[in-house]
This record gives sequence, structure tokens and C-alpha cells, in this order.
Amino acid sequence: MDPMMPPPVRRIAVDRDPHVAPPRPSSNGAGTGAVALPLTTTRPPAALVRERMSLEAVWLAYGENWVVRDVSLPVRQGEVLGLIGASGSGKTTLLRSLNRLTEITEGAARAGRIALDGQDIHELEVNDLRRRVTMVFQQPNPFPMSIFDNVAYALIEHPERGARRRRRSAAMRDAVASALQRAGLWDEVASDLDRSALRLSGGQQQRLCIARALAANPEVMLLDEPCSALDPISTAAIEELIVELRESIAIVIVTHNLQQAFRVADHVAFMHLGELVEYGPSEEVFNQPRQQRTRDYVSGAFG
Amino acid sequence: MASAGLAPPTPVARSAPDRSGAWPLADRIAYWACWATGIGLALLTLAIVVFMLIKGLAFLHPALLFESPSADIKQSATGGFLDPILGTLLVTAIGIAIAAPLGVAIAVWLVEYGRPAGLARAVESSVEIVGGAPSIVLAIFGLGIFAQGFLGFLSQTAANGSVYGRSFFAAGIVMALLALPLIVASTREALQALSPRLREGSFALGKTRATTIRHVLLPSVRPGIATGAVLGMGRIIGDTAIIKILLGGLRIETVGGVPVLGLLRGTGSTLTTYVYEFSPAGEGNSPQKAYFAAFVLLLMVLALNGIVTWITLRRQPGGELPRKRWMDLWRLPAWTR
Amino acid sequence: MDRDSLTYDVEAARPARGGRRAALRDRRVEIVLGAAAFAVLAVIVAMLVTVFARAWPSFSHNGLAWFGPGGDVDAQIRAMQQLQPLPGHSIYWFRAWPLIWGTLLTTGLAVALALVIAVLAAVFLTEFAPAPVKRVVDPAVRLLAGVPSVVYGLIGILAIAPFINSHLISQHRKESVTYVVQLNGADLTTATLILMVMILPILVAITADALESVPAAWREGSLALGVNRWRTIWRVSLRAARPAIIAATILGTARALGEAVMLAMVSGGRGFAANPLDGLTFFFEPVRPLAATILQNSEGLSNQPVMHTMYAIGAVLLVSAAMLSLIGWSVRRRLGRYGIQT
Repeated sequence: MDPMMPPPVRRIAVDRDPHVAPPRPSSNGAGTGAVALPLTTTRPPAALVRERMSLEAVWLAYGENWVVRDVSLPVRQGEVLGLIGASGSGKTTLLRSLNRLTEITEGAARAGRIALDGQDIHELEVNDLRRRVTMVFQQPNPFPMSIFDNVAYALIEHPERGARRRRRSAAMRDAVASALQRAGLWDEVASDLDRSALRLSGGQQQRLCIARALAANPEVMLLDEPCSALDPISTAAIEELIVELRESIAIVIVTHNLQQAFRVADHVAFMHLGELVEYGPSEEVFNQPRQQRTRDYVSGAFG
Repeated sequence: MASAGLAPPTPVARSAPDRSGAWPLADRIAYWACWATGIGLALLTLAIVVFMLIKGLAFLHPALLFESPSADIKQSATGGFLDPILGTLLVTAIGIAIAAPLGVAIAVWLVEYGRPAGLARAVESSVEIVGGAPSIVLAIFGLGIFAQGFLGFLSQTAANGSVYGRSFFAAGIVMALLALPLIVASTREALQALSPRLREGSFALGKTRATTIRHVLLPSVRPGIATGAVLGMGRIIGDTAIIKILLGGLRIETVGGVPVLGLLRGTGSTLTTYVYEFSPAGEGNSPQKAYFAAFVLLLMVLALNGIVTWITLRRQPGGELPRKRWMDLWRLPAWTR
Repeated sequence: MDRDSLTYDVEAARPARGGRRAALRDRRVEIVLGAAAFAVLAVIVAMLVTVFARAWPSFSHNGLAWFGPGGDVDAQIRAMQQLQPLPGHSIYWFRAWPLIWGTLLTTGLAVALALVIAVLAAVFLTEFAPAPVKRVVDPAVRLLAGVPSVVYGLIGILAIAPFINSHLISQHRKESVTYVVQLNGADLTTATLILMVMILPILVAITADALESVPAAWREGSLALGVNRWRTIWRVSLRAARPAIIAATILGTARALGEAVMLAMVSGGRGFAANPLDGLTFFFEPVRPLAATILQNSEGLSNQPVMHTMYAIGAVLLVSAAMLSLIGWSVRRRLGRYGIQT
């Protein structure tokens, strides 16, 4: 097959049940991915997995340049969706479109439908949407405030049930504590929550950003290469965190690191030059990819 | 360039930042307040310019630009603006002629040499103090100095021996003090922004620091020096207090018979004091003349500001377009950075 | 940096003869430049010494009461000019409080108003203004910065003061205070408004620059959490720009303090201590700040007592300007805690 001509896109039936392909010894050169072990070898039972978001024939452009072409994917709670692909494949743009963050760039255009719980996200109020679909960025970006203020930030802006929470109320402190605990940062910072967040180490800052994203009880969490700036120990901590969180939150993670995708993701979507080349359970995509392109990427032929 | 079977769809929706219509009331008020302020400021500027234009051009006579003013009760006989315009040019020329070389010298010394460190810090601080001092204080200081007997050659001495202390010399020298901090700051910034490889390259060829400065560094910071000089000129042209105190009078009067020296020792006025005198705060007789002079003054200063913007926006050698920063319009004291 | 594109001529710079000569020349240049710097330093120190030395008699005759209230400032100055001391007092008798109060009022009010407007304008320019609007408003604010003070003063005294006089001050109000002071539109309100416009450009410029320098990551992060643009600016960008805003305020205050010409033209010619207890009339009372006083008495500087008094006022202004710089510097250091850069 001519590698310059992109393959035909297979339309994914979004309501297909995820299933597990029986593990087979890797034989046909899908080499490097097989060494790592996935963090969980069991999948949550089908009944506990429910679809939260769906992308249908999504096209995204910056100016006249189409960056994402005709992508359709489901995002489910109870599993982690990994987006992999080389630089420029449009995976980050796709991620950012899920919470309409593409709109802050001038000249961004879109077509297709993205739905959250059945509702088109472009009909929702954007700040409402972004509270329900939060994002953690590649570089940790804690605000220049104390740790407490960082985590409480979204809570103060989005009080529940109409009552504006006071900064130091007991309810607020509990919410901050629980978010920090979920993020696995509580033990390290509980002693002094008023410390400046900028004094934390890189891994701690990233977990703080995750805590901040968790504080508002999102339904979907988007992670844009969250560990690329971190050392392996912090990376491991965050990966464990992600796997824990997937029960309650639908998680989409973009990653450059194939091993990480293999460890963490349940379903993987491989994108190339804006098109969705292959989508399936991670074992399938890594061990028995159906497309030649996928095989090439996963084996390190390009990327 | 669509791949087989895939064409970009229509319709396409463009980006839409979050509409303020959906925000809570307090935020919406803030949003509209910001808009109101922005548009209001633009309208204010427009109003000022239009107002000055109308009032200024109402009595426009090109001939007035070349007539000398005369003190007279009747407005129609008060003449034109020649002397004030010449006065402005003269004072600015003297001021920059003194401030530019001194300013560059100080900046170069601070950046390239700067020994002993205590002296360097003292020089730095004192230049900043002058930069922050109100011009009226500089003015009375100048008067105090130039009224001393031994400086009588710079202005006139009356029959009873008291030195008048006011002259173009005096005003020009104090104006130099006014422009000095701007030139020093501008040149210093430009020198510090030069790549160290430039200096290293020159030293590696065996050139001394002095020759490096003269032949390598100074030519490279010409835009910085120019910016400082133009900013200084703007400040000088716009200043009234120093002129009012150090340069009495209306028409240019020379002192003694020597051609240039007589002029410099003499008195006169500038556009700024002209406006002041002819407004109700001074003799107050010709508001229209005051408006026109003020209009000319405004044009001069705006032209200078435009030149500064043009200089700072030009491509530096190396091809990068510097970011258009507000702070290029002033040289702010070091503690603001 | 591409060395070839710079204009320098290394060949011409080669020293004509060997190394030692060149080194000596280098040393000479350093000395010459250092001497120039030292000369300017000497002049500036001379200025400071002169100002304080000449201010001393006024302070020594009045003590700390120099800053206090007591009598009519104009009468005191007139007495000095006529060399007739007021009964019971020395020729140097001077109570500067009305002037100081005038300065505090005009500067304080102008800076407070300008700060609010400048922050809103800066936010507008950096965040809300669409590109074509920004292209118009941006140069407009820069233009305001270039207008000389005497032009502002002219507009004030020929346009604004009469407007206030005829439309905002009722005849009744004027009559109610004629026995104390004349209300003619040249007053606190006019002075404060114009002073506010004069310092706006500095504040807007520095704040806008600081807002633009806030790392985009913070803004994006806040938007991604569902916080709307205004709240993002308020809670993150403005907070990060706090040191710059403070620096701008201090600079604006210094500028307002030193403003002599516009205020001399506009602020009512009479050293009157406006009394806030007068209610609304307070805003229409004349006021003359310190710097304007020096300007208005600049004719009579050959007169000894007047000269000493004016130098004393100048000394106060110098010290205030220096103190403001110091405050600015220390505040900047303390706010560096949270890692905010400007």
C-alpha cells in the first residue's frame, strides 16, 4: 500500500460493546508495546461502562487548514480512551474540541457533532460545559495562589445549588481535602495548604492540577500528555491515579508515549494526519493492529 | 487537498468565544464597564484633538508663524509666533546637544566599565532621582545656580551687580538635566540588550574595550540612542515650568553684541510659556492665539511620539520585529521592572 | 545575531601601534567617561544640597509646624514679598497645610479615579477589544500621553472651568460662600479630572503590558475549568499583575505630585484648604497644590524669605518623590513571593 495515501476510514459503530480479544503471543513485529504490562488486566464489566460523550463525523480546522478529518469516537465512563499518533496528527486538537477550548483560538472552525450525554455541546453554555468536562494540560499550570486557593478555584466559581460558597467554610475545606485525596496529593500537602502552589515539585504540581480539575466533580476529564514533563516516579503515580479515577469519570488521555498508552488506556484511537486510522481495545491495537499504518506506528517505524 | 472520498463539509461554524450574555449580572456589568471605558477614552482623545483643531485653526494665519509677538492690549496687535517657535527650537537644541553626549557617555560607562561599584550605584541613583524630580524643582535649582555671580557670563548682570540668571543658556542646561535620564536609560537598555557574543568577538580579535565601544557597540545601539533623544526632545518641548522660571519674556532679546553668545545669553519665550502667558493664567488677552500655539505644540509633540514608535518598530539587525510594547514610550525607573 | 549585518568596521578599529599604547588609550577613555559620569553626579548632588540648604531657613524658623495649619497661606506669602512680617511672627512664618492638603486631595483623588479607569481600560485593550477596535483605542491612549501639560491647562481653564462655573455651580452656592472664597469653576473638580486624564496613560500602559505578560497557561487553565473570561481576568490575570499595578500607581502618583503647570493654570489661584465638611461645595472650592505654588510665585524669587519658602516646598516635593520610589521598590520585592514576573 502506498504510505502517502491515507487509508480509507472505517466507520466505527459507536454503540458496539467493547470486548476483549484473547491475548495471543506477539508474533508479527508489534514488538515494543508487548513488553510493558497494562496496569489492569481486567476490564470493568460491560454494565458499569456507560457512554458519556460521542463524537460523530467531527471535522476541525484552524483557518483553512483541516486538522481533524471526519473522526467518530465514543467516550465512556469506566474506561480510559487513549489518543495516540505522531505530532501533527490532530489528537490534541481533537481533545481540546471536547471542551470547546478550540474556540479561544482565532479562526478555528468545526463541523460535525459532539455530544455530552446526548446533548450537543455547542448548545450548552460553554462555562457549564467546561465545568463538566475539565482538562489537565501538558505543562502543570497551577495559579499563583496558595494550594488551597488553587483547588478551591473552580468551586468558588461554580457553587452548587446556587449558594456561593465562602472561601473558608467547612464545606469548602472538605471539598478541597477530598479532591486532594482523590488526586493522591493530600498526604504531602495537608500540613500547609497556604503554601504557594508554585513551590511544589513538577509532579506535585501536576497532581495539584488534577485535584483542581477534580474539585468541581467533572463528568469527563481530558488529559493532554500530562506526564510528558515529569519524571518516571511522578508519572507512575499519576498513571495509577488515572486508572483509579476511571470508575467515576470518563477519561480521555492524549499521549506520545506508547508504553503509557498501553499501560493506562482501555480503548485506543490511533490518528494520523487528522484521520482516525484505527480504534479498538488497546490489546487489539497494540498486539494485532488491523491497519498497516497502525502496525508501523506501534512498532516504531515512524513517529 | 481532500483524500479519496472525503470532502470538507459545509456548513462550518467559526469560533465563538463565550458570550458575555450568559454570564452572571456582576460580570456582565464589568464587561460593559470595560467597553465603556475603552470607547470613552478613545472619544476623549478625539474630543481633545478636535477641540484643539477647531479652536486652533479658527484664527489661522500662516503669516503669524513668521511674525514676532508683541505685548499689546488689543488682541489683533499682538503679533505672531515666530519668537516662541524659535525659542522652542533653540532650547531643545541646546538641551539635547548637552544631554545626548553626556547621556551616552554615562550609559556607556555604567554598562561597560562601572568601576568602582559604589560610584556606579551613586551615579545610577542620582540619574534616577533627577528622572523622578518634578521639573519645577529642577527649575528653581537652576535659578539658584545661575543667579550666582560667577555665572554671570551665562546671562545678564544688572547695573547693581545682581545676576539675572535667566537666559537660553540657563534654560538649555537645565533642560539637559531633564532629558538626561531618558537618554541614559534608553542607551543603557540598548547596550544591555546586545548579545555578549558581539563584545566577545571583538575582544577575541584583539581590540581594546574603547575601540570596541566606539566602532562596534555604539553603532549598534543607534536606535536606542535615537529613541532616548527623541523622548528627551518630547519632554523638553512640552515643559513649561523650567522655561517660565529660567527664561523670562516674550520676544527674543539678545544681550551684548556678540552674535551667537548674545543670543544664548538673552531671553525669549517658547511655545509653552507663550500659551501660558496668553491664557487667563498669564496676561490672558488672546485665548485664540493661545489655542493656536497650543495646537502647534501638540502637533510637534505628537510627531515626536510618532517618530519614537517608528524607531522602535523598525527591524533590528538580525531581522526580528520587536514586540510593540507600551513601555517603549517611556523609560521607566529601574524599580518598576 | 547575524554579525555581518551590523555596521561596524573592525579594520578601522585596529590600533595603529602595539598593545600597550592601546591599553593606555583604553584606560584614558575609561577615565574620561568616568569623569563625565562623576561630573553629572556632582551636579545632581549639588542640586540636592542647594535645595535642602536653601530650604533650611524656612524649616528652622517654623519647625514641624511648617506642615501644619494656621492662617492664610496667601497672606503669609504676601507678607514675605512686602518684607513686612505679620504681627507677632517672624518674616519666615509659613504654614503650608492648605497647600499640602490641596496636594493630597488632588493627587489622591486623581490617582484613585485613574486607577479604576486604567484597569478597566487595560482589561478592555488586552482581553475584550476586537482587533479593529484595539487598533483605534491603543494609539488614542498613547496620544493622551503626549499632550503637554500646558495644553491640558489651557483646555481646563478655557473650557472646563467655565463649563463647571456656569452649569454645575449654582448662584445660590456661590453666594453662600462669598464671604470666604470665590467659586469660579477653577477648583478641585477641574483640577482632579484633568490630573486624572494626565496620569491615565501611564497606568493603562503599565497595566496592559503586565496583563499581556501573564503566562497564557494560566488563562487557558482557568478557562478550561469553566470560569468565564471576566472572572479569569479578575482572579488570575489581575492578581498576577498586582506588582505592576502598584508600580504604575506609584509612578502615576509621582507624576501627579510634580505637576505644576496645569494645576497652576486651573486650580483656583488661592491657597484654600477645601473642607470636606462643606458637603457638595467641597468639590467646587479652589485648591492650590504645592508644585503649583512654586510656579505661581516664581517671579518673586529674588526676595529672600520667599525664596527660602519656595525651596522648602521644593524640598518637600523631592523627598516625596524619593520616598515613592523607595516604597515602589520595597513593594515590588515583597510581591515577588508568589513568583509573579512583570
